[in-house]
Amino acid sequence: MKKLVLLLVMAVFAVSCGNDDDAQPEVLGCTDPSSLNYNSAANTDDGSCIFNKNITFNFTQNWDGQSVTNADFNTTFYTNAFGNSLNISKLRYLISRISLHKADGSSVDFEEYKLIDLTDPASLSLSPAIMATTGDYTGISFVYGFNEADNNSGAYADLNAANWNWPDMLGGGYHFMQMEGMYDDINGIPQPYAYHNGMARVSPGVFEQNFISFDFNQNFTITNDATIEIKMDISEWYKNSYLWDLNVFDTDLMMNYEAQKHMNENGPTVFSIGSITQ
Amino acid sequence: MKERSNKIFNFLIGVMAISLMVACSSNDPEPIDPGEGYIPTPKPLTVPPIFEQLLPPPNMPADNPQTVEGIALGRKLFYDPILSGDGTQACASCHKPSNSFSDPNRFSIGIDGLEGNRNSMPLYNMAWNTNEKFFWDGRAISLEKQALDPVTNPIEMHNTWENAVASLQSSNAYPELFNKAFGTNNITKELTVKAIAQFERTLISANSPFDRYLLGENSLTPQEINGFAIFMDEARGDCFHCHGNEFSPLWTDNIFHNNGLDAIITDKGLGNVTGDPNDDGKFKSPSLRNLAYTAPYMHDGRFETLDDVINHYSEGLVYSRTIDPLMKAVSTGGVHLTESDKADLKAFLLSLSDPSFINNPDFQDPN
Repeated sequence: MKKLVLLLVMAVFAVSCGNDDDAQPEVLGCTDPSSLNYNSAANTDDGSCIFNKNITFNFTQNWDGQSVTNADFNTTFYTNAFGNSLNISKLRYLISRISLHKADGSSVDFEEYKLIDLTDPASLSLSPAIMATTGDYTGISFVYGFNEADNNSGAYADLNAANWNWPDMLGGGYHFMQMEGMYDDINGIPQPYAYHNGMARVSPGVFEQNFISFDFNQNFTITNDATIEIKMDISEWYKNSYLWDLNVFDTDLMMNYEAQKHMNENGPTVFSIGSITQ
Repeated sequence: MKERSNKIFNFLIGVMAISLMVACSSNDPEPIDPGEGYIPTPKPLTVPPIFEQLLPPPNMPADNPQTVEGIALGRKLFYDPILSGDGTQACASCHKPSNSFSDPNRFSIGIDGLEGNRNSMPLYNMAWNTNEKFFWDGRAISLEKQALDPVTNPIEMHNTWENAVASLQSSNAYPELFNKAFGTNNITKELTVKAIAQFERTLISANSPFDRYLLGENSLTPQEINGFAIFMDEARGDCFHCHGNEFSPLWTDNIFHNNGLDAIITDKGLGNVTGDPNDDGKFKSPSLRNLAYTAPYMHDGRFETLDDVINHYSEGLVYSRTIDPLMKAVSTGGVHLTESDKADLKAFLLSLSDPSFINNPDFQDPN
């Protein structure tokens, strides 16, 4: 009881001391008016200011580490894990639902989808409308293709104009990727391949989702406008874990369930996060 | 008191001044002579419902908005032989409305009797040419720039723009029509092609039986529906990768492809424009609309009938270095469609033809 009284007395003292003090008390907080959490009462900046920053995503492609651009189209030959010699004459793919995950468990969810076409330099980067706040992040996620909720036939005018649609008889929605070129068959004769990925048709009228969700754990801190590289290693489409022989699967793959599922099987090692610069 | 009456006086003066201004402006007659500050009547494109639903808005150049007067001028110019070297040929001579603004002759004959080496392209839905590359080989970037070419091309209208503009300037009608369209009677080649491009952008075709089927206003025959399934089947027609689908109703990807016509490329097409040998033999995918009116087919008009075209893709493909990978089973000439598949595919293709387009009174010769 004595202790309690003493505490009370001390508390009264403490409060009255504060009230009586004429000097400015130190108030910690963010003192930058241009920040998102400006505290007009604060007089000492504690480094807690949060700002909105622009994020740009750069989509780069490589073949097992060797850069691939449209300058390589038709002329550069690659050897896949199986041993097929091939070139590339078209590469377009769709990335959607990019999110940055914050240390506090929240996320920045960008609304844009992006059709990357190597022949169109403007398509190789995405500058989303919404910004990301400064601070610590723990991961980056995105969807290769469209997920079930987004993959609606005819829903996107720009993708329609790009003839990006996936036939309704094969499940509809949109292509996830079109990779085309020529390879040398077992007789050394050039043959076309069209590695097109989208919904998988199990049987007429029965379809299976075939998109791939990527979720990379990566710690980084946004301090400024930042550019994040999303890398595609094309060679991975041909291995890990299905060893792809173009003599077996070259064309007419869209309606080929087995081929579509092998693409899905090989996809998870295709993408990675590259440099983050700011 | 004096101060107050001054205030009232000032107020009354102000009211009178304002009413005078209002009265003046409402009594002003419509300007007869367009001059500085003149604005022609805006006439935005009427976007058809099927495009509105599925496609991006039309590509409209900021410096050439559609106007009533500009479109009317462009239409008159399109049909007027005044632009040609000897006053005998108009745009419409090789872009006939009854042929969906193409030429039924394989090669058009210019004013000097010379023959070209490409088939005249049909004209429609130009504002949805998404990459703005015109001609079979994509050499003109923008519709306005495209219209500059035929006037001076020696195997076509074989004129100079200087001479064409002088002819327009000294005519009775044109200076006033340019004045109405652009607020100046000082005619230039730039204004001339702007007017022509405005008229061409109004040439919109989106009312075929298949369009009305998509809008739920029309039914198709079982043969047409089966033909569409063949069109969309990667192992049979596989037409959709370059020629659209029910959600991409332009029926072209507006991109350039080598579609396996020749083992030895004689006309380099896009390759001539880019200088890249990997583009040799590539030509723009034409839209499949209005095929009923646009024979002969291909960039060089080599196929007289749609049957010839289908047979080419089915069993006539030949390999060359730049052949598009979408051309399959080249070693056997193609996928060898059955005769009934070919007939059904053709029936579907013809359902994309739009008689209301070629007969549209707004598109005919006004002269």
